[in-house]
Amino acid sequence: MKQQEFKEISGGKPFYMVLGFFGLFVLAALGSAWYMEHNGHWVTGMNNQIVWGMPHVFAVFLIVAASGALNVASISSVFQKTAYKPLARLSGLLAIALLVGGLAVLVLDLGRPDRLIVAMTYYNFKSIFAWNIILYTGFMVVVGIYLWMMMERKMNRFTKVAGFSAFIWRLILTTGTGSIFGFLVARSAYDTAIMAPMFIVMSFSFGLAIFILVLMGLYNWSDRPLGDSILFKLKNLLGVFVASVLYFVLAYHLTNLYITRDHGVEEFILLNGGVYTSLFWIVQVGLGSLVPLALLYSPSTGQSRGWIGIASLLVIIGGLAQMYVIIIGGQAFPMELFPGKEVSSAFYDGVVGSYTPSLPEIVLGIGGVAIALAATFVGVRVLRFLPSSLADEAVDPHYSAREAEATA
Amino acid sequence: MSEESNIDIYRRRFLSGTASAAAGLAVAPGVMLTEVANARPADQAVTSEVRWGMLIDTNKCDNGCNDCVSACNEEHNLGGFDRPATDAQWIRTVTLKDKQTGNVQTLPLLCQHCEHPPCVDVCPTGASFKREDGIVLVDKHICIGCRYCMMACPYKARSFIHEKLQDQMPYSPRGKGTVESCTFCVHRVDEGITPACVEACTAEDHNAMTFGDMNDPDSEISQQLERYSSRQIRADLDLNTGVRYRGI
Amino acid sequence: MTKYSFITLILGLLLGAIAPVIAEDDAADGNSGSFYIPEAQRRFSEAQGCVEPTDEMRANHMEYILDQRDATVHEGIRTKQYSLVECINCHVSDAPDAPRYESEKHFCNSCHTYASVSIDCFQCHADRPVKTSRFNSRPRIDSHRAGDINTTMPEQLNVSANEGTGNE
Repeated sequence: MKQQEFKEISGGKPFYMVLGFFGLFVLAALGSAWYMEHNGHWVTGMNNQIVWGMPHVFAVFLIVAASGALNVASISSVFQKTAYKPLARLSGLLAIALLVGGLAVLVLDLGRPDRLIVAMTYYNFKSIFAWNIILYTGFMVVVGIYLWMMMERKMNRFTKVAGFSAFIWRLILTTGTGSIFGFLVARSAYDTAIMAPMFIVMSFSFGLAIFILVLMGLYNWSDRPLGDSILFKLKNLLGVFVASVLYFVLAYHLTNLYITRDHGVEEFILLNGGVYTSLFWIVQVGLGSLVPLALLYSPSTGQSRGWIGIASLLVIIGGLAQMYVIIIGGQAFPMELFPGKEVSSAFYDGVVGSYTPSLPEIVLGIGGVAIALAATFVGVRVLRFLPSSLADEAVDPHYSAREAEATA
Repeated sequence: MSEESNIDIYRRRFLSGTASAAAGLAVAPGVMLTEVANARPADQAVTSEVRWGMLIDTNKCDNGCNDCVSACNEEHNLGGFDRPATDAQWIRTVTLKDKQTGNVQTLPLLCQHCEHPPCVDVCPTGASFKREDGIVLVDKHICIGCRYCMMACPYKARSFIHEKLQDQMPYSPRGKGTVESCTFCVHRVDEGITPACVEACTAEDHNAMTFGDMNDPDSEISQQLERYSSRQIRADLDLNTGVRYRGI
Repeated sequence: MTKYSFITLILGLLLGAIAPVIAEDDAADGNSGSFYIPEAQRRFSEAQGCVEPTDEMRANHMEYILDQRDATVHEGIRTKQYSLVECINCHVSDAPDAPRYESEKHFCNSCHTYASVSIDCFQCHADRPVKTSRFNSRPRIDSHRAGDINTTMPEQLNVSANEGTGNE
């Protein structure tokens, strides 16, 4: 296997056109953030019943995907799979970019975003949120150092240590993200230890799906060869992760279905929750898990780039739906304060919380995605993140042996 | 200034330790009737010697009565914007109908001022905090408006301020982008006066609400809690709430 | 020296010469020019206008406010000397047409606009005095209520109907 060469993508007009396209969405997001902050949150769909809405769906999705995007680099550095080594730099860059996008959305949605300094200087260490602030900013530093170790030849001998630290850090980070919900005793849909590992496996799945799409997109755009060898490895891995997420979802719901006290929320999510039920079955389970599994592993579609791309996209859409069901569905189901009683009040007790995503929220969320993609795009233009070739002969360590076998 | 004379009176009573005669109440406004334990000068910090609590006897709550809610709204100028989904509500009346028996009852629901508040645990900046004397408050100077405490509160006690506010009461600051909830009328309690909801309930002669120091065995609330059975809402969460209910 | 730097030097010297004259004009005559300081409604004492000497307040009022806010919110210390409510009670008129906090004629903003330091106090705090009848006939904690303490479970312990007033 010859030495891997990394090269920046070319600039020029096409580059700025694409960047401008992302920039439009970023500007729109900034505009809607200003609109929400200036007028107050009453202009959004969020209210005192559903306090976290679309911005949080996007933000948590991006943050979870960010930690998962680092997976590919971890596989190469921690698990010593040399085939993934060329991808490690892009993996690190994408991880940081996605995290920045997610955090931007989260911060811009705060009631007092002008108090970000307060958030970074006053800490209540019993709060998992406070720990997350440290974990998120630390993640960027740790992955930054990891990238430096990988990209500077003199520091290459530290790559393994840096990679291992980044790997552990992101496991803690994703556990922290899942625990945001898992630690909440108040709501029937939360208050469960399975949130943390479920989020970890979700991160594997979403992060890799985004990575595959970004990889295919960048190589297509910059006319660089992307061999089947590496792509099929990635898509098979994605299938494993999608199946694992499905397993955790199954375990979570089966457990709740057994416990009588949780039948209410299960009935809500699985049967009569309206939009939440549709999102769960059709989008999260169907389009987001079962269809991609079929597409990725079926011999006819599993070998086709187009279908792999579609499968990855479906995983992402399914992931967003899963976040929606967890975050918003979990809030919509009324808290059980008086078991055995029908509850009503002027403050929406006892009724399913109603929530309609408003345009400013959706625009803000999409802006976060745009920030992440724009940052990645600028990164690969400015520094040497992208291998010039991921063709089979460049990547596959056993390529020459296989070629010899084939021709023999 | 009547306020200064109150402090002097607090000190005198503390030293003498005697209760005043009925005439004291009838004659002068602002004459203290507070138990000795409640006397606290303005320059002294609160301590955990006192734990404020409230007892609500739901048997005395009329279906349809909203006196406590109106009093609270008036005291803190919680005037809404006709947007019930986003308007703040510090105390609300909840109607319960038993699914099995059909029995209907109402009760007021407010911040329970738990001893182990989930809202305090989850606040990233520490803005949501519990004062030494048990009152759970939001320090709106450091609240960043993340609403995590609203996710965490098992009683849906907290409200987020969704719009710009004007004409706030001077002793009840509240503003856009921060979270708030019932403060047990801390500005009144610190002067030894009962919360507005309790005052209204008593003034209208319903007498469903009692407020006082749960650490003081001689206070009215402690005596009632000791004599008659009461419970916490969501007692299984083990939060040791400051608000107890009879009749649920 | 080139032409442009020479011109700049002359202009700078001229400006330096007139600046003290302009500044002095504003300082000496409180309400002249564009800098307007509203008059307070009360004085703290005969000797002093405010709770601390004016120069001290101008330099350090933010420290007093910051310390007091933490003491009040977290420890329930409600001394009046550095209380924001008391600042407003003296410095802002409660007339219905008095300027609100966004106006440059509001006491705090009159200086803060000039100094270009934005404050967000009045997003939450009342920016004008509000008369409240706090100490007149408000019920004290554990003051006795007229009538029975409990009427719902008469079969339990004897409940003495407490007549009259006064502590038990």
